[in-house]
Amino acid sequence: MNRSHVQKIGFVFLTLCAIAVVAPILVVIGIVFIEGVRVMSWEFISAVPHEGMKEGGIFPAIVGTLLLTLGTAICAIPVGVGGSVYLAEYAKDNWMTRAIRLAIVNLAGIPSIVYGLFGLGMFVLFMHMGTSIIAGVLTLAIMTLPVIISTSEEALRSVPTEFRTVSASLGGTRWQGIRNIVLPQALPGIITGIILGLLRAAGETAPILFTVAAFYLPRLPQSPFDQVMALPYHLYVISTQVPGMPLSVQYGTALVLLILVLSMNFVATIIRSYFRRRRQW
Amino acid sequence: MVEPKIRIEGVNYFYGEFHALDNISMEIPSNSVTVFFGPASGGKTTMLRLINRLNDIVEGTRMSGSILINGKNIYDSDINLAELRRRVGMVFALPLPLPGTIRENVVYGLKLAGIKDRNRTEEVLERSLKQAAIWDEVKDRLDSPANALSGGQQQRLCIARSLALEPEVLLLDEPTSGLDPISTRKVEESLHELKKLYTIIIVPHSIQQAARVADQAAFFLMGKLIEYRPGTEIFTRPREKRTEDYITGRFG
Repeated sequence: MNRSHVQKIGFVFLTLCAIAVVAPILVVIGIVFIEGVRVMSWEFISAVPHEGMKEGGIFPAIVGTLLLTLGTAICAIPVGVGGSVYLAEYAKDNWMTRAIRLAIVNLAGIPSIVYGLFGLGMFVLFMHMGTSIIAGVLTLAIMTLPVIISTSEEALRSVPTEFRTVSASLGGTRWQGIRNIVLPQALPGIITGIILGLLRAAGETAPILFTVAAFYLPRLPQSPFDQVMALPYHLYVISTQVPGMPLSVQYGTALVLLILVLSMNFVATIIRSYFRRRRQW
Repeated sequence: MVEPKIRIEGVNYFYGEFHALDNISMEIPSNSVTVFFGPASGGKTTMLRLINRLNDIVEGTRMSGSILINGKNIYDSDINLAELRRRVGMVFALPLPLPGTIRENVVYGLKLAGIKDRNRTEEVLERSLKQAAIWDEVKDRLDSPANALSGGQQQRLCIARSLALEPEVLLLDEPTSGLDPISTRKVEESLHELKKLYTIIIVPHSIQQAARVADQAAFFLMGKLIEYRPGTEIFTRPREKRTEDYITGRFG
């Protein structure tokens, strides 16, 4: 066997690997789309469910998921980005910051159901928030923080040190250098971290299970202390808890969740590439 | 006796255990070009960076002694660092344009200082680009990205960026090390104009350059100031054997 054969075999193998990665995603999206598109209608996305959720639409669940994601963004982005700026730009390298970093890495690996239980104990019971949007949002935000902090810190660190030195040499304070040079340059990476974190929050069931999600609530929330329906939990409910639920409704719900998440991803990618084009180094 | 622009008194500097500067004392007159030269890691760049306190950023360093500018110790606790660095500009060995356009680079220091007046910034833009001998090359594309310029142009842009703040002292750390001979000559020629307005201290990238630009020159070796005399004397009739050895290329 000569070298060009080895090369060909290697090439075929790598191609197969690439296909093995992409194929399941395409199959999942394909099946969900083909099965789900049948129930897709204006009513399905704009009406409340009735007849034991077998009829009507999933509007409250869509609104619930959007509200939870928005709330998570409002809570997690300032804290996450602020924390990463502190860790990357200000914190000295000592045992305390090393402990913080270790904690962040470990938090990112904790199963989401554990965050759900923590939210139940901390926000719902101990802080008397009850099963509510605010308790769910705080739980999701805590789950999202480690992802945002670690990717943002990485993005900040990848900005060349020289920019900070130059800014200082021109009479800039440390914050002026961060504000004017470092943050804009790190923005594409920071946005990536935010997207990753928020997409996870939007799609998770476990953290909202005990903290906010309503089994059946055919109206929109009136205050942050109301419960809401949410798409991932609703999907779980109609797939396992309701006998005789038409399969097409389950696929339809899954399709809406997928479209929601993918379009969030798409918008974020556009924002990111806009800022990346403006970056120059 | 005229008060020198900068007076360095008994400066010692340590990176951890490494004694980078050993009891340096010297006086630097205003409106002249002073050269710090010597072999690598002799302390010349460290000495330069102490004059606008850029080494403050480096962790694990220690300094003693004092550096006076216009008779005022810049290591006093009441010194405003941002203001000091506006008065003492710095140009680095590598051209380091900031992200953004040529215009944004030049006026960045003004922006930091809170100066936004359009007439003022336009005036400063043109003046400093002219002083750095790059105006004719960039005047038609002030809003194009700074990193699209050639290396030599970028370095002159960085000089212009420092000059925009009208510093009293300009520190140049091997400003021509990455440049071709023509760009190098342009930078050196601009120094002769600039010293009429500013006090210039330069770490040259070659001994020939040192001899071309120096009004006075200081020879640094292993953290010590060996010899400090007018350029016309030190390069032709050095007093110290070690200076002579270095200038004639016997070591370093």
